[in-house]
Amino acid sequence: MRAAVIVFPGVNCEHDVVHAIRALGGDAELVWHRDTDLSGFDGVILPGGFAHGDALRTGAIARLSPAMVDVARLAAEGTPVLGICNGWQMLCEAGLLPGAHIANRDLSFICRFVEVEVVDTGSILTRAAEPGQRLRIPLNSYEGNWVDPSRTGRVVLRYVEDPNGSHDRAAAVANEAGNVVGVMPHPERATEELLGSTDGQILLEGFLHSLVPA
Amino acid sequence: MTTTQEPVHRQLGMSDDEYQSVLDILGREPWPAELAMYSVMWSEHCSYKSSRTHLGRFPTEAPWVVVGPGENAGVVDLGDGWLAALRIESHNHPSFVEPYQGAATGVGGILRDVLTMGARPIALWDQIRFGPLTEPKNRYLFKGVVSGIAGYGNAVGVPTVGGELEFDDCYAGNPLVNVMCLGLLHQDQLVLGTAGEPGTIAVLLGKATGRDGIGGASVLASASFDEGSSEKRPAVQVGDPFEEKKLIEACLELYERDLVVGVQDLGAAGLSCATSEPAGRAGVGIEVDLDAVHTREQGMTAPELLMSESQERMMVFVDPDRIDAVLAVADKWEIDSAVVGEVNSGSMLRIHHDGELVAEVPAASLVDDAPLFDRPMARPGWLDEVQAASRDDTGLDIGDTLKRLLSDPAIGSSAWVHQQYDHMLFLNTVLGPGGDGALLRIKGTEKALAVSTDGNGRLCYLDPRRGAARLVHESALNVAVTGARPIAVVDNLNFGNPENPEVMWQFRESIEGMAEACEALGVPVVGGNVSFYNETAGTDIHPTPVVGMLGLANPMPADPPRLSGAVDGMEIWEIGPAATENLAGSAVQRLDGELGGLPTPPNHEIGAEMVELANRLAHEAPVLHDISDGGLAVALTEICIASGVGASVETDHPFSEDPHRLLVVAPEGLLNLPAGMSRRIGSVGGDTVEINGARVSMRTAEDRWRHAIDRALSG
Repeated sequence: MRAAVIVFPGVNCEHDVVHAIRALGGDAELVWHRDTDLSGFDGVILPGGFAHGDALRTGAIARLSPAMVDVARLAAEGTPVLGICNGWQMLCEAGLLPGAHIANRDLSFICRFVEVEVVDTGSILTRAAEPGQRLRIPLNSYEGNWVDPSRTGRVVLRYVEDPNGSHDRAAAVANEAGNVVGVMPHPERATEELLGSTDGQILLEGFLHSLVPA
Repeated sequence: MTTTQEPVHRQLGMSDDEYQSVLDILGREPWPAELAMYSVMWSEHCSYKSSRTHLGRFPTEAPWVVVGPGENAGVVDLGDGWLAALRIESHNHPSFVEPYQGAATGVGGILRDVLTMGARPIALWDQIRFGPLTEPKNRYLFKGVVSGIAGYGNAVGVPTVGGELEFDDCYAGNPLVNVMCLGLLHQDQLVLGTAGEPGTIAVLLGKATGRDGIGGASVLASASFDEGSSEKRPAVQVGDPFEEKKLIEACLELYERDLVVGVQDLGAAGLSCATSEPAGRAGVGIEVDLDAVHTREQGMTAPELLMSESQERMMVFVDPDRIDAVLAVADKWEIDSAVVGEVNSGSMLRIHHDGELVAEVPAASLVDDAPLFDRPMARPGWLDEVQAASRDDTGLDIGDTLKRLLSDPAIGSSAWVHQQYDHMLFLNTVLGPGGDGALLRIKGTEKALAVSTDGNGRLCYLDPRRGAARLVHESALNVAVTGARPIAVVDNLNFGNPENPEVMWQFRESIEGMAEACEALGVPVVGGNVSFYNETAGTDIHPTPVVGMLGLANPMPADPPRLSGAVDGMEIWEIGPAATENLAGSAVQRLDGELGGLPTPPNHEIGAEMVELANRLAHEAPVLHDISDGGLAVALTEICIASGVGASVETDHPFSEDPHRLLVVAPEGLLNLPAGMSRRIGSVGGDTVEINGARVSMRTAEDRWRHAIDRALSG
């Protein structure tokens, strides 16, 4: 079972995601954003960074990248699709998750560990965790402030203390089916004690366990 | 427009003597494009004409040095096929004129220097110095520079894992913005800045050339500031981190597939430098067609094209049969490319524009024939009086002094700054900002790289030789406490006007001090940068050499010491030579608005012993912390705050910043410490920091420390 990690020009977390997935025994491969055929992959990760330089709005150009057509098809078929940080912003722009992201409440970039609480285990990201479980994971974003005028977002991780003004203190949001998830903190940065936390493992394991052969 | 114009060469910042040299080389009057090239290539910034004679004093050799000073970055061998590339550079003047873009393009430039060696840039450090935050202008500059570093560094996808912050009146009119970059490469990816053999094709990659930054090196970086500085804004470049990110990935793919024979980045002096330097190094000639250069403005003249410092551009030199592959890589990464030149067996740089020959000069002359000055030096007459104004620690109120120190924005938590920087990308950051040295593991090996950057203008003002030597020792100790052995130094020498003999004396003395310490520690200097003319309205900054120290931990300690490792009941030891009462150049003096005395000299033998000892202890002790700014009192409080527990110690001279000293915290009896150098001074526990009976509650200490910068910023 293999996950595709889509590489848009300007993203920068793609190698970290592959490293973390492989360290957990999973299989992940980089796929260029111009590739249009994702058949053969059992799940998709949109990594963090600054796809297309965040031109216009974060994720606004990435949603037009050729690979996103197949990402949308897989999402509709129930295949696991995980967007991390900039990847979540792309999923919102692509209409695969509700809402959008604006600048952090304090108008500055935030890079630090934050604590999040698992509030819904019915998603590919949170299925291996316990409800109420608290996880320490690094946040690393400027536009991390999620707004959801539709009030349809299904919050699966919530910040214990609000760092950025995100609606409902949402740190991760899933679609109704739970197979498409956007998460703002970086689980791939919390998979080794040496780097400060292993709390991201349980989230990535949830994703890996959700992969079923296409 | 004025009616009486200065000769063109003087407008370009060139002296009459230098102009005469050009006449001698060419045997005729230079054409406009030629004069433009000589003016930038022979500027202080590019040619090091005032400093070269002194830089030769540095030790530069060691068995592990692969590329020493003179290339785009220093390169050292880490063993098992891995190399590290290291470079530091200043962007002082641009950052004063336009703080966001000045700092941002400083980051962009240093990344390309390291990329040029074939390395992937893996980490950045920034050393920034401003006037006191009590002044609105300084707050504006500080915030702008931090935003610029964050905006560019985060978006380009290279973590900023540490740095330095200093505030002093002398930087109010001339802030210092130094940036250091570390790159990692496999030995077969090493590339040099050579134009290669005759027949090689020059391909310009990246952003289109515009009129930004024209004459940046000669106008901004090589002259002093006065009231009209804002008029120089057009000479500051504008950064585009997205273009740089694509350029980095494209170049790395070119290296990986072995598609280029040489590379040169376009920074200061733009195309002039990127054609003449590689040709000069290879001893070849080169034919350049400016009409092929992709531009973003119409009607650019040849001098403008040659002097433009537009960012995010690289020149690669390619075998003719690989051109298609190179252009395809550029196309994949969505960057522009243009075939702009061809190498020949001659020695001339010939440049064509609009179908005409606009320059024909010996390529090597732009570099090799640059002027060389042996500027006069004089020990400042005021120094005796300043050194006589000594200061000791008699009568200091320990509790009150500690609280004041913790509130100082240069000593308090740097989180306000470093939380704006992505410092975790690439999953290497074992020890990040806020400690002594950063520690980055090399995945797939047992090795790790440690880096510390240290400067102290106040110490160097009082005694440049002692001050600069102490910086080398301090940075060596900072990497040693992470378990790394110091292996290479890069330096950024920020000084005033070199035409002032006192500044040249400070410069020479600083180099001497750094060289002595490097020799004592067996650490070669692999590169550096000189920034002169840091003065405003005739007042020079303090001499401010900044040392960047690279260390190699092999193997990395399984559990490296951390400030957060102290636990109730552990013993606290002070290790190193006994501290003295001398507070010359200390943070306590800074708080009191004083600067005087003669700093305690370093002891090179003890310094080397302490590095050895720290290396050993890093594999054993839970906490190992260098004693520097604010002395033992601040070092201890930092450990207490990070560990969330108090401590009680009895010690002499708790605010002394005397060199070669460490704090060690460990369970009783765990460590085997050398008897003559170690003093057990107390233990961990409680909810106060208690020093010689004076108590500061942890709550107060943490509050002062944590909010030092944001309180200073709110005026």
